[in-house]
Amino acid sequence: MAIIEVANLRKRYGEKVAVEDVSFSVDEGEIFGVLGPNGAGKTTTVECVSGVREPDRGRLRVLGLDPSTDRTRLRRVLGIQLQEARLPDRIRVVEALRMYASFHQHPADVGELLSMLDITDRAGAQYRTLSGGQQQRLSIALALVGRPRVAVLDELTTGLDPRARRETWKLVERVRDSGVTIVLVSHFMDEAERLCDRVAVVDRGRVAALDTPERLVARASHERGGGRATLEDAFVSLTGGGDLL
Amino acid sequence: MSTTERAGAPGRPPLPAVLRSVLAVEVRLFLREPLTLVLGVAMPSVVLFGMAAIPALREPSPDFGGMRFIDFWAPTALVLGLCLVGVSHLPAVIGTYRENGVLRRLSTTPVHPGVLLVAQLIIVLATMALSSLVLVVASWLVLDIGLPQRPLLFAVALVTGSASLVASGMLVAAVVPSARAANGVATLLYLVVMLVGGLFLPRFLLPEVLVRMGEFTPPGVQLLMDAWWGRVDSTNPHAVQLAVMAGITVLAAAAAARLFRWE
Repeated sequence: MAIIEVANLRKRYGEKVAVEDVSFSVDEGEIFGVLGPNGAGKTTTVECVSGVREPDRGRLRVLGLDPSTDRTRLRRVLGIQLQEARLPDRIRVVEALRMYASFHQHPADVGELLSMLDITDRAGAQYRTLSGGQQQRLSIALALVGRPRVAVLDELTTGLDPRARRETWKLVERVRDSGVTIVLVSHFMDEAERLCDRVAVVDRGRVAALDTPERLVARASHERGGGRATLEDAFVSLTGGGDLL
Repeated sequence: MSTTERAGAPGRPPLPAVLRSVLAVEVRLFLREPLTLVLGVAMPSVVLFGMAAIPALREPSPDFGGMRFIDFWAPTALVLGLCLVGVSHLPAVIGTYRENGVLRRLSTTPVHPGVLLVAQLIIVLATMALSSLVLVVASWLVLDIGLPQRPLLFAVALVTGSASLVASGMLVAAVVPSARAANGVATLLYLVVMLVGGLFLPRFLLPEVLVRMGEFTPPGVQLLMDAWWGRVDSTNPHAVQLAVMAGITVLAAAAAARLFRWE
């Protein structure tokens, strides 16, 4: 059953068109990837879905709610981890979690969340002393503390070392296993291949492909005429870099 | 049960509880970086005591109508503390929160990020009250500077004056894109307020135009002086000065609310 529906989404900032025409739907329990090169409109798309930005045109539904008009109710059921949103330097991990928990009527248990995210031993640490991976995990924890049914995770692993990335991937799978539908924005193909059930490849404000990673890879292999392609090959070819293959 | 009903089912925690929780964290953060607390609360008294260490400034002089320099200068020290907290500190904190996406992250929760601004206002106003109390009491106990002669008028002038400073600080905070820009603009505002307030030159040496400005620019240093020394009579336009401070507060607060950028 579709839990998120996006039809003909369009958004400009002044003269610049960020999203031209994007449509997709996400099923309950999926990890859905929104992939694309920098500036393709990925973040704008998920920000419109999350009610952070007002679309210019298009029909959006998240759990039956319209993100532009049911913003307050949407925020109780959708958690979003934003790109490049920091916390105050000196806030402690547990303070941030408790404060965000107080914003919800039925929050998750802070202790359980800490252990699921494997940052229990850093509960008393100040934000500025956390590693990049720990900051990201806290950021995910804050998005999940309201027990959302949908979590939007934007550029989750950018800037993390390989080990921290793999830990974060495991975490995302654990979150999905707990029943949360996940929309994952990324420009890493290995991440998408590992995690996503389906992906939308967005290029210059439009959906260039919408399929499972396996089928995108198979199609790219076929087009190449032999030899196994990777999701990265499929991505490059879909986003107008065919001459690079 | 339809999806919509399920989605809307959980309610929102009451606002006072949310404000308490945000305020508790913000107070701890404020105390963990105590520079503003130290500067804003202790520095005005310390500077005034420093002045009082110079014997000539402790002698009554006809230049100040028979008062001592330190009596004359005490209201300037008071304004110094108010200004550090309301005009310098407040925009810097909010500018940092905006720049680092703290406000943006809050706006993705069921709670409006305005709660964070209210918490900051409470902290700033409480610190200003503490700073004023420390200065007035320390001046009285240590330097034998009289307590305000017109306590009620002094309190009202202090509250409206502080409010006008905080509203101006909030207006700066509303529009600056970053902490760095906040510091720049706030420093400029700070210099103007303190020039008029008599920090760089005692007010009796200032040109007439700056003295007159002191009656009508935040925080209304002239009225604070008059109320402290009991020089208020029917010919003093103190009601007008109070009304001007209140007007500046309302206008600056309204402009700040209208122009405020959450990211």
